[in-house]
Amino acid sequence: MSDATRPRDSALIANRRRFQGLRAASPWLAVLAVAVLLPWLFYDYAHGRQNSFMISMFSQMGMMVIFALAFNMLMGEAGLMSFGHAAFFGFGGYCVAHFLNAAAEGDFPVPLELMPLAAGLSGLALAIVFGAMATKQRSTAFAMITFGIGQLMVTAALMFQHFFGGESGVSTDRQSAYSLLGINYAQGLEVYYLIVAWALIAALGMHYLTGTPLGRMANACRDNHERAQFMGYNPRMVRFLQFALSGFFAGVGGGLYAITYEIVTYDAVNLPLSGNALLMAYIGGVGTFTGPVLGAVLITAMQSGVSLMSNSWVIYVGVLFIIMVTFAPTGLTGIIKAHAPLARAGRLGRLVVPYLRLTSPGLMVVLGFVGLVEMLSFLTIGAAEGKRFNVLGLSPNLHASPPWLITAACLSIGAIWLRREARLFHRVWDTLMADLGPAGNR
Amino acid sequence: MLKRVFRAAALAAACGAAFWGQPSRAGDDTIKIGYIDPFSGAVAAGGDASLKMGQFILDYINSKGGALGKKFELVTFDDKLQPAEALIALKSITDQHIPFVASCVGSNVGAALINAVNKHNERNPDNRVLLLNCGQLATELTNEQCSFWHFRFVGNVAMRAVARIKSLPKTVNSVYLINQDYLYGQSIEHDTKKYLAEYRPDIKIVADEFIPLMQIKDFAPYITKIKASGAQSLLTGNYGPDLNLLIKAGVDAGLNIRYDTYLGHVIGAVTAIGIYGDGRLTSVMEEHDNIPVEEQNTEAEEFFKKWRATHDFAFIGVPGLTQFEMMARAINAAGSTDAVKVALALEGMHQKDLFGADNIMRKEDHQLLMPYYEAVLTKNVKYDVEKTGLGWKTEFKTTVADETLPTTCKMKRPAS
Amino acid sequence: MQILLGSLLNGLVYGMLLFMLASGLTLIFSMMGVLNFAHASIYMLGAYFAYDVSRYISFWAGLIIAPLACGLIGAAIEVWGLRRCHRSGHAAELLFTFGLVFIIQRLVMMIWGTLPVPYQVPGSLNFTLFALYGQNFPAYRGFMLLVSAGMLLSTWLVLKKTRIGLIIQAALTHPNMVAALGHDVPLVFTIVFAGGCALAGLAGVIGGNYFTTDSGMADALGPIVFVVVVFGGLGSLVGCFIASITMGLVQTFAVTANGSISSLFAPLGFDLGGDTLLGEILTLPIARIGPLLPYILMILILFFRPRGLMGTRDA
Repeated sequence: MSDATRPRDSALIANRRRFQGLRAASPWLAVLAVAVLLPWLFYDYAHGRQNSFMISMFSQMGMMVIFALAFNMLMGEAGLMSFGHAAFFGFGGYCVAHFLNAAAEGDFPVPLELMPLAAGLSGLALAIVFGAMATKQRSTAFAMITFGIGQLMVTAALMFQHFFGGESGVSTDRQSAYSLLGINYAQGLEVYYLIVAWALIAALGMHYLTGTPLGRMANACRDNHERAQFMGYNPRMVRFLQFALSGFFAGVGGGLYAITYEIVTYDAVNLPLSGNALLMAYIGGVGTFTGPVLGAVLITAMQSGVSLMSNSWVIYVGVLFIIMVTFAPTGLTGIIKAHAPLARAGRLGRLVVPYLRLTSPGLMVVLGFVGLVEMLSFLTIGAAEGKRFNVLGLSPNLHASPPWLITAACLSIGAIWLRREARLFHRVWDTLMADLGPAGNR
Repeated sequence: MLKRVFRAAALAAACGAAFWGQPSRAGDDTIKIGYIDPFSGAVAAGGDASLKMGQFILDYINSKGGALGKKFELVTFDDKLQPAEALIALKSITDQHIPFVASCVGSNVGAALINAVNKHNERNPDNRVLLLNCGQLATELTNEQCSFWHFRFVGNVAMRAVARIKSLPKTVNSVYLINQDYLYGQSIEHDTKKYLAEYRPDIKIVADEFIPLMQIKDFAPYITKIKASGAQSLLTGNYGPDLNLLIKAGVDAGLNIRYDTYLGHVIGAVTAIGIYGDGRLTSVMEEHDNIPVEEQNTEAEEFFKKWRATHDFAFIGVPGLTQFEMMARAINAAGSTDAVKVALALEGMHQKDLFGADNIMRKEDHQLLMPYYEAVLTKNVKYDVEKTGLGWKTEFKTTVADETLPTTCKMKRPAS
Repeated sequence: MQILLGSLLNGLVYGMLLFMLASGLTLIFSMMGVLNFAHASIYMLGAYFAYDVSRYISFWAGLIIAPLACGLIGAAIEVWGLRRCHRSGHAAELLFTFGLVFIIQRLVMMIWGTLPVPYQVPGSLNFTLFALYGQNFPAYRGFMLLVSAGMLLSTWLVLKKTRIGLIIQAALTHPNMVAALGHDVPLVFTIVFAGGCALAGLAGVIGGNYFTTDSGMADALGPIVFVVVVFGGLGSLVGCFIASITMGLVQTFAVTANGSISSLFAPLGFDLGGDTLLGEILTLPIARIGPLLPYILMILILFFRPRGLMGTRDA
């Protein structure tokens, strides 16, 4: 490359940089476009109104994306497993609930659009306090301390009336705060767009952090703790800063939670919510930035969608999680990335047939499993709640054996067949990978 | 490449979500009631019992024609006794355009629902709902937190406290208060002390204790304290496991004390105390199986017998029966399920309950006024409870006039 | 005095139950480095199995069968699940057991329903052992103490006096060397994991009818068990024992303490009340704050002494 001071070349470089900038920005713009247009896909044209169920689900996705990304700052970037991360999410929520109530009295003139920022700062404050304690340790001790912190928050939230409201939680009204844009946030759609805006800001912030020296050092401490120490960095300080910033973003998510649901109770700080973040980040893939986002979207969709039809979504998510942990610890994005070398070599087409061969037995296993779970669940739980068991318009009698035999057969035959197909698939995969050669871009 | 992946994933999620499509609208052939209660968790037994009673009542009401020629239908939601879950259920109910929401357990849930219904009705005047309270007792819900959209069809804590305190025998000089640390338990503690001061200033309160809600499994340490205090009566508003386990620990320890409860007639307590409860367990209630015998009311006795034939726990849903009889009349009077019209029809309505007493839905605070019975668990009664051989016998009764208590409600009425 | 003795006995019983649960967890953690999140879930399964067996056969049969069933389930989890996760590291194993928690809880609800099951104390044990200051001490609690003590003793005997125990102790600290000496270390791991789960199952058999048997059992006891394990330290059964008894006594005595933190300062003339959160923390009676104490203790010990009270391995 010749001397960049020559006018013609500097124009070329500037153009190239602009083009690269555009390429880097395009995923973000694409996602933003999808997020903005999404509610209109489900608009109820017959009645001229939004589909509030879908809007609720998308709002929840937005919040969980922020939370999962914040969690991944610790787990994926710094290698720290935090079992009490919901403490910061919920604390941000409680604070915003109180801020909104104060705004109703006229004591806190912060506009609603900036409330998530206030929530983030609250989360940051709590994370600094707890982080000073927690980050003294790492690995398992760290996990246990964060677990203890989480449980402490839950117990305190149930116990103390003043800040946490005890069993009743803290109720609030998002219309108490004035709006910079003059929106009154009565409609779910308006809250959704607020969430989208903040999710974008938070994601941009966290993405930027991954490229900073702090982010890189966190990766280094994750990969090789002793070596990072020998390089002269203080891993404790790195952990502490990463923890504090992660708490900030978790708080932002919590603030949006308070704004959306207008009530914050102890289940905004409890273990299942912390576990949710873990699930989302892990299933999506902790090694990448988009992993938690994918995980958050998928798990929220599963929770909302499946819970419409069945109460057993916990089992499905749990089983999916266990399968991922056992067979694919790199998560969904890890699986997708593993295909990258093949895609680059143009060999991806060779996998189409093996994948197709996997779908039928896979479907059989899934249907058999889902069928068994649903039927068993209905017998004990569903019947007690007065529900009826309907499948594709049929009402099979669950007290006779045919439905059970059919699903059990489906599951077992599917499992055996899947095992065979999986082995064949592995062989094809290994062959293709080997063909790429040692130089093949891994 | 990842950007493409993410877009594809987002689209896939969207398509997948579209496949689930929109939840169905409320059918035009039944009047749906969204019923939110805990069906899992510590109080699952209570929620389950309420549901069974609700279904029994609706079968009866539907057999009499329902309302506007349609039958009532319950659509259940599990809130696990958590306000946040109840609000999510409320969202689902309003998404499906169901006009009525009923909830029977947990004053913390009740308070959250009142708050949420107020906000929803204000923001969505085309999709208003009415909140029917069938068991959330904290007095605050019809005092400070009263709402035009909320109707309570059971006596509140203050009403029960009047019956509870007035019925304590003169021989009782010391009481040990123990209650659950949340809105309802605090309401009980507050009103119990208020009416003790008013009607029985001679009684000494030796202890005033709060326990965390539905968390304690081993009450032995508490029994130790109660025993050491020497109190003659354990006065408690506990229900569910918090009452049943407390009683069980007391029986195990051989504690010789009166159990003067507010909700000892709810499922499980009589089983927990068993034969030991003879003459020791009392409660204040709207009904028990032996009232028709005491008052020579054959129609009511037949109603209870029909329930006993298929269930082994007591029917404590007489207010629920009154509730749906009133709802049917109000919907018929309003000609629709429109929230404002039905509410206006319900206000001030008089309704005879199963025992023939005239219940009044007070317009000021939407509290249904009804008489209360205080009964003791004993042998030698016609109908026993939960197959223990012991049954309830009325010792004291209040009238609707006794139960017409002042209210601090300042209700905001809608413009239209 | 009455309160003191009564609470001492109650705390001891509760502490021994905690110890039964925590000992299995400590052994598994010390040997395999796996923190078995699903340990309390196995405890819950043990209670439900005992309920079923005691319905069809007898309580005493359940005392044998339920722990065995839990042990078998533990072995299955280890062989088919944990071994595969082992190559992905400790984090993967931890997460695997974490996922199991949700699945087991939902399975229990699916098989036995959402309501608590009436798992009762057997009639032969349902009498009063003795009366202490007028308060009866039920024989069943004495039975619980007996079983827990017997289990502690036999575990200690197996570990210290038998050949397999020696191998297990060696594999605790030097698994690779033990493997080099020709022992089947994976089998040892499986045995330890199954043994820990069997202990949890036994705790479930005993505790299920003492507390209530419902699908929330695991969530109620699980966190306390972790606190005990961490507090007592890894690799030390004695530390675990001390921690369990301590936690049991702390929680039981907290209930009987009628004062609050501010009442400690009242004689000095300070009024620490007030209508704020801090005021509430200070004036709330210790009986109400009781549930917070274990977590505060755990955080403190992890901060000052991450090995726990008597741990031989760093966390």
